[in-house]
Amino acid sequence: MTQFETSGSSVATATEAAIVARDVEKWYSNGFHVLKGVSLTVNKGEVVVLMGPSGSGKSTFIRTFNALEPFQKGSIEVDGILLTPKLKNVDAIRREVGMVFQQFNLFPHLTVFENVSIAPIQVRNMPKAKADEITTQLLERVGILHQAKKYPGQLSGGQQQRVAIARALAMQPKIMLFDEPTSALDPEMVREVLDVMRSLASSGMTMVCVTHEVGFAREVADRIIFLADGLLVEDTTPAEFFNNPKSDRTRKFLSQILH
Amino acid sequence: MSDEFTLGRIFINLLIATKWTIILSIIAFVFGGIAGFLIMMMRISPIKPIRFLSWVYVEFFEGTPLLLQLFLAFFGVSVVFGINLSPLVAATIALTAFTSAFLADIWRGAVEALPKGQWEASSALGFGYFKKLRYIILPQAVKLAIAPTVGFLVQVIKGTSLASVIGFTELSRAASQINNVTLKALLVFALAGAIYFLLCYPLSLWSQRVEQRLNQQAH
Amino acid sequence: MGYAFDFSVIRDNIGLFVAGALLTFRVSLIAIAFGLILGIIGALFRTSGNRILNAVTLAYVEVIRNTPFLIQLFFIFFGLPKLGIRLNAEQAAILSLAINFGAYSTEIVRAGVESIPKGQIEAAMALGFKPLKIFRYIILTPALSNIYTALTGQVILAVLFTSVVSQIATEDLTFAGDFLNSRTFRSFEIYFTVCLFYLAIVWIIKGFAYWIERRFFEFAKYSRR
Repeated sequence: MTQFETSGSSVATATEAAIVARDVEKWYSNGFHVLKGVSLTVNKGEVVVLMGPSGSGKSTFIRTFNALEPFQKGSIEVDGILLTPKLKNVDAIRREVGMVFQQFNLFPHLTVFENVSIAPIQVRNMPKAKADEITTQLLERVGILHQAKKYPGQLSGGQQQRVAIARALAMQPKIMLFDEPTSALDPEMVREVLDVMRSLASSGMTMVCVTHEVGFAREVADRIIFLADGLLVEDTTPAEFFNNPKSDRTRKFLSQILH
Repeated sequence: MSDEFTLGRIFINLLIATKWTIILSIIAFVFGGIAGFLIMMMRISPIKPIRFLSWVYVEFFEGTPLLLQLFLAFFGVSVVFGINLSPLVAATIALTAFTSAFLADIWRGAVEALPKGQWEASSALGFGYFKKLRYIILPQAVKLAIAPTVGFLVQVIKGTSLASVIGFTELSRAASQINNVTLKALLVFALAGAIYFLLCYPLSLWSQRVEQRLNQQAH
Repeated sequence: MGYAFDFSVIRDNIGLFVAGALLTFRVSLIAIAFGLILGIIGALFRTSGNRILNAVTLAYVEVIRNTPFLIQLFFIFFGLPKLGIRLNAEQAAILSLAINFGAYSTEIVRAGVESIPKGQIEAAMALGFKPLKIFRYIILTPALSNIYTALTGQVILAVLFTSVVSQIATEDLTFAGDFLNSRTFRSFEIYFTVCLFYLAIVWIIKGFAYWIERRFFEFAKYSRR
């Protein structure tokens, strides 16, 4: 897999915060208290992996970062832009944040190439020639350029997810969110997607990933956040998390996913 | 004279004519159902000329207005065969043809919606063609066909209104006649519409319910 | 059966048929265009989440779908003048056809909008799309492709419905047949020919629909669902 070039951000700025979430609380419309005050700081260039049992609120939590999920209490700062429950500044934040979904969510009526180039053209008002150039580069990097004229439905799940990553990167985001990017894939396709994510991480991209991929978490993550029942239970290094978990809740979870 | 037509009398006259709307609907549905079943069997037949003939039939009666079919039956058949058909007989012929074409198409759709594996599995068990249909295919297709069939019954009831044009006195023709005398068009046609609605809406609801239940089972 | 078919009456009056067909075509086109606009508005109301708009629209849809077109036509043609609204036969025909088509297309368009998975809209929002552009670039084409079969079917039914407007003396294709039938005794030949004209119009619509499918909805072949 081709390596992503470092995006130019120097190491000196790496300790600045990319995301600061403070006491985020959310109730679903049926009254369920899904986030019970979660705080998290993600530094620039960091790769943070969120783990937790299903229903722990981890997906909901990262979806509040780009305002796909409204929340009722607390605040989130993304690259210095403040997001409160009133959900102002949504457009500014979405410009900085790319997202990759479990179900890929590629647009079925657009070719692979158009899937990647449409947002730069229609949202960023980028000249078509420039957008095409970026699209070509990105598709080459994720290894799908030769399939650019096909429709998403003609691609395998793993290929579709690589296109979805390219689509998000085409908006030149500063932060990438991954919401269980490999959970809907057949086992033999997980690796190609993780390889792209790995290479993205080594290019210095700030990444927040919800995933159950233990290998990826051990190897790539700078920190692991463990959420359970809407609360942050653990925030530690991969080595500590897997070898020396502090809470019972974590040990129980690990015994389930590590067999 | 028109003063004698009170709301109550208009309503009673319309109700009396409604009887013929219902009778004509039942006739059309029963005859159309029998003919439609035969046409459907022809449509799914393995023999090509039979399939083609039934395709022409369905294409013609689905692709031309019911009103024209009524004219063909009433004026055309009379002229060609030199016999005078009563409006009821002509309406029966036309509505049967119309109903059978649509039902054949609906039912063929239901049969073809079944997975191919059902045909293959029953072939593998050694069933003959008609036994396959009788015991494996049709029982499953019936379930799929109920909702659209009931839904189409609404189209048949509404379709009977056109029999008024060839002089058959049912609800719509009664309404036109009362309107000619009373000139209370808004009232008369609103009342006639309300009666049709009362006949059709329960069937529409039933059809929707059956379809929803089927969709839920599929998940 | 001693009847000798004689289609010369058709040949001698072909101009009448063509004029009738053109009127049928024009009335259909205008009524379907207005009906589709009604349908899109109706679908917006039905999916708006506003209870009153939804209930009013649903009532409109169910009343139209559960009463015969003939009654709707008579109500408008004979009834509206009582309210001081004067319409000529063609205007009444177009109005009632549009209202009728609007009810059916409301439900078809609504189904199309609701067929778009939520994830599509979320992905577009995450990319920074605004609502209008989401509708234009993300929802519209897949929604149309999901409903175009149903919509084509409804268009064909609407064209066939136009024959009923001959009953208020709109000089359409069916009226041309009636007119000739009352002057000659070639009923079968005349009405059969009129049927063939309708069949031809239906096939033209089907061909056009097929062309649209090939041209714009090729992707749908590959979308698994």
